[in-house]
Amino acid sequence: MQKLVVIGAGMASGRVLETLFETDPGAFEVTLFNAEPRGNYNRIMLSPVLSGEKSFEEIVTHDDAWYGANRVVCRFGEKVVAIDRTRKVVVGENGEVPYDKLIVATGSVPFIVPVEGRDLPGVITYRDLDDTNRMIEASARAGGRAVVIGGGLLGLEAAAGLRLRGMEVTVLHLTGHLMDRQLDEAAGYLLRRDLEKRGISVMTRASTERILGENQVEAVELADGTRLAADLVVMAVGIRPSVELAKAAGLAVNRAIVVDAQMRTSDPDVYAVGECVEFNGTLFGLVAPLYEQAKILAGCLLGRPGSFAVKELSTKLKVTGCDLFSAGDFAAGDGREEIVLRDPAQGVYRRLVIEDDRLVGAVMYGDTGDANWFFDLIREGAPVSAMRETLIFGQSYQGTAPLDPMAAVAALPDDAEICGCNGVCKGKITGAITAKGLTSLDEVRAHTKASASCGTCTGLVEQLMAMTLGAAYNPAAVKPMCPCTDLSHGDVRRLIVAKELKSIPEVMQELEWKTSCGCAKCRPALNYYLLADWPGEYADDDQSRFINERVHANIQKDGTYSVVPRMWGGLTSASELRAIADVVDKFSIPTVKCTGGQRIDMLGVKKEDLPAVWADLNAAGMVSGAAYGKALRTVKTCVGTDWCRFGTQDSTGLGVKIERFMWGSWTPAKVKMAVSGCPRNCAEATCKDVGVICTDAGYEIHFAGAAGLDIKGTEVLTQVKTEEEALEMIVALVQLYREQGHYLERIYKWLKRVGMESIRAAIVEDAEKRRHYFERFAYSQRFAQRDPWADRASGGVAPHEFRPMAEISYREAAE
Amino acid sequence: MTREWHRIGLLTDIPRRGARCVTSPFGRIAVFRTADDEIFATEDRCPHRGGPLSQGIVHDASVTCPLHNAVIELATGFMQGPEGGRVRVFATRVDPLTRVIELSLAEAAGVPEAAE
Repeated sequence: MQKLVVIGAGMASGRVLETLFETDPGAFEVTLFNAEPRGNYNRIMLSPVLSGEKSFEEIVTHDDAWYGANRVVCRFGEKVVAIDRTRKVVVGENGEVPYDKLIVATGSVPFIVPVEGRDLPGVITYRDLDDTNRMIEASARAGGRAVVIGGGLLGLEAAAGLRLRGMEVTVLHLTGHLMDRQLDEAAGYLLRRDLEKRGISVMTRASTERILGENQVEAVELADGTRLAADLVVMAVGIRPSVELAKAAGLAVNRAIVVDAQMRTSDPDVYAVGECVEFNGTLFGLVAPLYEQAKILAGCLLGRPGSFAVKELSTKLKVTGCDLFSAGDFAAGDGREEIVLRDPAQGVYRRLVIEDDRLVGAVMYGDTGDANWFFDLIREGAPVSAMRETLIFGQSYQGTAPLDPMAAVAALPDDAEICGCNGVCKGKITGAITAKGLTSLDEVRAHTKASASCGTCTGLVEQLMAMTLGAAYNPAAVKPMCPCTDLSHGDVRRLIVAKELKSIPEVMQELEWKTSCGCAKCRPALNYYLLADWPGEYADDDQSRFINERVHANIQKDGTYSVVPRMWGGLTSASELRAIADVVDKFSIPTVKCTGGQRIDMLGVKKEDLPAVWADLNAAGMVSGAAYGKALRTVKTCVGTDWCRFGTQDSTGLGVKIERFMWGSWTPAKVKMAVSGCPRNCAEATCKDVGVICTDAGYEIHFAGAAGLDIKGTEVLTQVKTEEEALEMIVALVQLYREQGHYLERIYKWLKRVGMESIRAAIVEDAEKRRHYFERFAYSQRFAQRDPWADRASGGVAPHEFRPMAEISYREAAE
Repeated sequence: MTREWHRIGLLTDIPRRGARCVTSPFGRIAVFRTADDEIFATEDRCPHRGGPLSQGIVHDASVTCPLHNAVIELATGFMQGPEGGRVRVFATRVDPLTRVIELSLAEAAGVPEAAE
C-alpha cells in the first residue's frame, strides 16, 4: 500500500480524503498532520458557532470514529518542521514520516495589521475554533466593547456574532464602503444601514493608527486621532497563504504554492490544495473551488486525472436577515452598460453589468430570490439581448420562463448543481428523497449533505422537496416548536446547551419567547430539555408537566385516574397480587385490566384516593410504573432459560436488570422495551423502542420499532456477547436519544431524522463515547430514581393537589 | 343584590401557574393562580367534552384542558378556536394584606355576554 502524508486537516484536504476513501478505501495508508489540536471541521460555519446558533459538535466534519474507521494516523497538535524531498520524509516535531505521495494543505494565516499594540492580550484574529472561543469568552463579560478591524465577509460575521452575544460592536473599514470586494457602493450602504439597525456601529475610511493598553487592550486609535474604547479587538482584514514550509522545501512559490491543473506542485510527488495554492495566477478563499480542487486531486492520486479550471464565484453573507449576493465582475467601465433597480422603501437594490450582450456581474441586496438564475447566466455567458427589457426583474418576468418558482426548479436538469459547497446536484437530492423516504430538511441534509454547509441553498432544497413529495411535504414539520417562538425544537435544544440556559424563564428571556410564560406545548418540552441537559441542577417544574406526569397517574375521560405499579420484567408474586386485590376492594376500583406491557392497570381511581392507594401499594413493595410518563415504561420479557425449552439466555433476568437500572429516567417520548429469549421472539421485541433478541451467540440489540399509529419493525443496532455489554449498549443508546430527541419524538422518528450512521458512530463504533453516554445516564439516575408515589403518599409533595382546598356547603351557599 | 363572599383559602395554597378545586352545590369549581398572582375561578368542566380544567396547564391567563387541549381564557371563560363555547366564571378577590382568597358564587360581573 502506498504511503500518503497530508499536512493540514482543513476543509480542502478533508474533502480529498473523503473522496479517496469513498472511491478506493484500500489505496493509501494515510498520516494526517494538523497544527490545530483537532481534526477537520466546517470552518465556514464558525460564525453560527460564534452567534450561538450552532454548537461546535454540529460543525465537526470528521470525528475520531471517522478517522479510526479509515485507519488514518492522526498527528493533531503537532507542527511539521520540514519536508525533506530527497529522502521523501515529512519531519514532524515528534518524528519523521516517510511518504510516497505528499499533500500540502497548509491553508492560510490571518493578516495582522502591522500597528503598535497588535500583540496585546485581547487582540485576536478570526480564523479557527480557538479564536471563536476567545470571542465567546470575551463577550461573556457584561457591557464589553469590541472593535472589529475589517468590514469584509469575515469581519461582519464576527461583528454580528459578537453583537448577538451582547457586546457593543464597532466595525472599522479602510475604504469607503463595506465588503468593497464583493459589493458596490449602493449595496454597501444598504448593508451598513441594516447593520446599524442591529446596533452595530460602522466607521468607513477608518485607518487604524495604533492599539492602546497596558497589560490588556484598552482602546483603538485611528489616524484622525479618534479613540475607541475596546475590551476586544478582532482583526479580520484578510488572509495570506501559508507557504513557508513549501518555500523551505524548495517548491515553486509565487504568492502561493504554484500548482498545475492536476494540483501538482513543481515536484510530481507533492500535491497542494486549498487556500495555500496558486493556479494560473489566481488565489482561492471560498469553499466551492477548494472542493473542486479536492475532487481533481483525489482523482489524480487514484490514476483518474481531471483538470481544474477557474470558475466564476458568488458570495453570500451569513448574517441572518442581511440578504446580499454578488457574482462576477461588476466594476463600471468602457463598453459596459448597467441596469439598476431600486426600491428604497423595501431596502431592495439590484445592479446588473452587461458587456458584449453577456451578463458579467450582478449585485443584489434585500431580495436575492433570483440570485442563482443570474449566476447561471454569468457562468453560461448566454446572450441576454432578447430579455434585456425585463432582465432586472428576474426569471419570472421572462416570456419563455415560467412564473412559478416551483416550475423553475422542476425545469432544472438532473445534473444542475444545487449545493455549491458540497457539489450536490438536483438528481442526487430528488433520488435520495424518493429512495430513502426522506420528509424533512434535516433528513435530506443527513443523507445528501445538500444545504448542510453554509445553508444558502436551503430554499432550493425545500422547493425540491416540495416538488418531489407533493402534498406529503410539510415544511411546518420542521418549523417552530409552538406559536410562542420561531425556533424549532432542534434550535431550542442546541441553544439551551450553547447558552447554558438552566431555567424556563431564562430560556424564554434569552430566546425571546413571544408569550410571557409559554403554552401547554412548549412548557413541557422545555421542562424535559432542561431536566435532561442539567441533571441535579435543574429543579423539575411540576406546573409545566402534563397532568399525568404531575400526579403520576393517567387521567381518564371522566376525570378519574388509572394506576399501574411496576412489575419488574413482568414478574409478580402472590403478595403483590394480594396487595393489589386489597387496594381494589378498599377503594372500590371499578376496573382491573392487564396491560400490553405485562402489568396490571387499576382504572377509575378518584384523585382524592390516589395518595392512599399509593401508600398501600408502596407498603407491599411496589413503586410507580410510570405508565403515564414520557419515560421508561415497561421491559417485557419471556421466560427464557429459566423455563422455556427453546430459551438461549436468561431473558427475564436481563429484562429485570435493564428495568432496575433505567427506571425513573425521563425521555423525549415514552420508551417501551422487551427482551426475547430466542428468535421465536415471544416478548415481541422487534416492534419496541428498544428490543433484545437472545441467541446462542449472545444478544442482538434492536431499536426504533413502532406498533402504534405507525407499524415498523426494529433495526439491528449491533450484536454483543455478554449481558454487561448489552446493558451498556442499551443505556448509551437511550442516553443519546435523551440528548438529541425532540420532545414527543419517538425513537424511530429520531433515527429517521439523524440517520443510522451517526447513531452507530456514537454508540457502536466508539467504545469511549459509548462509555461517556452510559456514565451520563448513570449520573442523571442519581437524581431521577425516586419513587414519586412514595413522595406524595407521605404528604411530603403537593398535599393540596389531591383534595379540594375548600368546600362550600349548600347551607353556606344559600345564605 | 349584595354579593356573598366565601373564604376559600390563602393565595399560597395554589402554586403559581397552577390550580386547586373547591366543591360547591353548583359542582366543582377550579381556582387558578397565574404567574402574576392573579386569581380566577371557573366551573371545573371544559365546554368541549367536560374535562377537568383544574388539571390543565396554566399559561398567561389561560388554561389548556388536559383531555383534548382546548384553551380557555380564564377572565372570560371563552374557549379559543372556531367551535366557541364558554365556561361559567366566578368572581374572586384577594385581600392584599392577609392574602386570603374569597369566592362569590354569583357569576362574575363585567363579563361580556357571548351572544351580544
